[in-house]
Amino acid sequence: MSEHNDKDILVRIRGLRIEGQSGDHWTEIVHGVDLDLHKGEVLGLIGESGAGKSTIGLAAMGFARDGCRITGGEILFDGTDLAKAGEDEKRKIWGARIAYVAQSAAAAFNPAHRLIDQFTEAPVQHGLSSRAQSEEEAKALFARLQLPDPDGIGLRYPHQVSGGQLQRAMTAMAMSCKPDLIIFDEPTTALDVTTQIEVLAAIRDAVEAFDTAAIYITHDLAVVAQMADRIMVLRHGNLVEEGETRAMLAAPKEDYTRDLLSVRSFRRPEHPIPAGEAPLLKVDNVTAAYGDVPVLHGVSVDIHRKRTVAIVGESGSGKSTLARVITGLLPAKSGAVSYDGEEMPLSYKQRGKDQLRRMQMIYQMPDTALNPRQRIRDVIGRPVSFYLGLTGKQLEDRVRELLTMIELDPDDYIDRLTTELSGGQKQRICIARALAAEPQLIICDEVTSALDQLVAEDILKLLQRLQDDLGLSYMFITHDLATVRAIADEVVVMYQGKVVEHGPKTEMFKPPHHDYTDLLLSSVPEMDPDWLDKLLADRAEQAKQGRVLKAADH
Amino acid sequence: MDATLRLLRSAPPTALFGLFIIFAYSFIAIFAPVLTPYGETEIVGAEFEPWGEGFVLGTDSLGRDMLTRLIYGARNTIGIAFLTTALAFLLGSVTGFLAATISGWVDQLLSRIVDVLMAIPALIFGLLVLTIVGTSITNMVLVIAVLESTRVFRLARAVAMGIVVMDYVEAARLRGEGLWWIMTREVLPNALPPLVAEFGLRFCFVFLFISALSFLGLGIQPPTADWGSMVRDNATLITFGDITPLMPAAAIALLTVAVNFVVDWFLHKASGLKE
Repeated sequence: MSEHNDKDILVRIRGLRIEGQSGDHWTEIVHGVDLDLHKGEVLGLIGESGAGKSTIGLAAMGFARDGCRITGGEILFDGTDLAKAGEDEKRKIWGARIAYVAQSAAAAFNPAHRLIDQFTEAPVQHGLSSRAQSEEEAKALFARLQLPDPDGIGLRYPHQVSGGQLQRAMTAMAMSCKPDLIIFDEPTTALDVTTQIEVLAAIRDAVEAFDTAAIYITHDLAVVAQMADRIMVLRHGNLVEEGETRAMLAAPKEDYTRDLLSVRSFRRPEHPIPAGEAPLLKVDNVTAAYGDVPVLHGVSVDIHRKRTVAIVGESGSGKSTLARVITGLLPAKSGAVSYDGEEMPLSYKQRGKDQLRRMQMIYQMPDTALNPRQRIRDVIGRPVSFYLGLTGKQLEDRVRELLTMIELDPDDYIDRLTTELSGGQKQRICIARALAAEPQLIICDEVTSALDQLVAEDILKLLQRLQDDLGLSYMFITHDLATVRAIADEVVVMYQGKVVEHGPKTEMFKPPHHDYTDLLLSSVPEMDPDWLDKLLADRAEQAKQGRVLKAADH
Repeated sequence: MDATLRLLRSAPPTALFGLFIIFAYSFIAIFAPVLTPYGETEIVGAEFEPWGEGFVLGTDSLGRDMLTRLIYGARNTIGIAFLTTALAFLLGSVTGFLAATISGWVDQLLSRIVDVLMAIPALIFGLLVLTIVGTSITNMVLVIAVLESTRVFRLARAVAMGIVVMDYVEAARLRGEGLWWIMTREVLPNALPPLVAEFGLRFCFVFLFISALSFLGLGIQPPTADWGSMVRDNATLITFGDITPLMPAAAIALLTVAVNFVVDWFLHKASGLKE
């Protein structure tokens, strides 16, 4: 950093070292990172999971999570070294001068208190304002963050507002003491892409209006491009590259940054629709409900052989429910599911072994999809012996073959426990387990959304190769349109339990669209730092013409 | 082997103490015939002889050696308590897993039966049933096992409820796996840590239950040596300032404390709690 503006430096971190506890011993997870943050500046920390970005972000307020400890370096916040400061001293600063916005607002709010009570707690506690004064400020801030009904929303409990609103209320709460620094820890990661836009816009507007400095932590380079003045790319607890946002995006210096930038560039050529061929899976006018709550209203989907159909929609649109109906976990109330021309019993309990075998499923969270007490050998071997009756040497050979197919070394992995793998490896094992049954159709339920982007891309490429080699059909449930662009042949857009639009991919990405499809498509962040501004301007323009594009839970 | 040693080295002193006591008790229980100077029911002297040479802890109301009875008592009481607890766990976990895995009316039925059993105070209920069916070791073991299995059922069901909603169980269901496979291969291994911890705790309660029944005369029957009835038989000595009757009581207390130390440690390890 240049010398002349040393005066307006708010946070200066030098040689920060942090250790994390694994089992009984401590290992270093952040290896001497330097960081400078100027007053009123927004700094983006970006990296994959395990890069140490959240740990560094929290360390900027002198805080170390349970199982972490700061072992070296200095953290100067406005001249005070927080690394050495006592608890009392830090407590005076926290909340009042440094605030924190967590990834999951739903988990960070106390469900037993009204929003306004939680908002006013910090200013009153720190003696900055009276309760009544703070309530007035709350209303102004709620309005600033474009929350509906700013006067009344404070009286609600956290469960009475939507996820996107809660995240903005959390931001308002962080601003309640007019802090000098706010740390945003993946504030939009848990939100739908359509909701994310409004939260991003609100956060950026508020940060600019109060001239607050911010550290914005995320794994999504496209998001940070909209928010940050300057970006630090982190990997394995080290700084990879640092620079002004525009300069870095235009000309990244390091290979790793380039990889992150080029993520989502993977494209697969679209297979043409086979004329006159009967679909492999036919979902016909299916209705389903959880108890008395209807979730699917007359949904029809066809999946042809060797093709990938992407089911797109935000959470609550019924796309995962559709998968449950097809697999028979949630028997449909009406309608039919036929496979290869044969109508399937609606409940999986009534389906035969072979009917179950031909349709396999891969789950969103590889952590919960694998039994933590089983070894890879058993996880993959069980469907092989269960469906195909292989035993002994044949079984072992088949398991090894499957491991080779998913690009994991059999000798190294076959005897590992499922907990001894990384997220991407776990997802590969889930793929192998599905393949072991030798299916024709695999239902992929958000299989890449729990993974880092680079890892996710590898998984998509693997799925692609397997489809070409084995002639598989995929039903690909996702909310991520970049994934759809990458691998889909056909796209089905779901909204509130109905199919609102469907067609081949090339057609789907061309306007005109159903309003919801348009909202969904335009909400995917792009690397262009001006993207958010353009989008908001564009939407304002459209609104003037009477076409309002807004997320349902705005 | 290495892992076990490392585990032991990381154990807090209370847990090590507990482990030591448990091993010592087991050793004594197993080698009782070798360690004792006299036979279990052998009358070797006058009644209520004081501590001294020949009879380290004196003799009891019939003139049997107290130390010998105390050592044999470990064998009988601990052995029977262990058997009963094991039986209670078998019954409780199988029904608990069944309730969670099948859910629906099976769960309702089993849970309501358990509710009814739990609504009646265990000791009173045990006394009642034992009076009706007659006192024998088999009956006592069965009655206590059924009564204690209700608590195990509750725990097993609660733990399994969290496991059966996992995707890997769903994957097994969709594969077409049977109930037994899901219960033993998918649910049991993951439910084991809390159940093992509970085993230690339940063992203490069963142990106390048996001692209480024996003290009341409905448990282990004479002339078999057991700590509960030994306290009752020699209780009068306390009025003369002799602490001998407290020895079996102390043996019970010590084992209970030791088991709890170990269970506490295990619970911490299993739940990943720090401090």
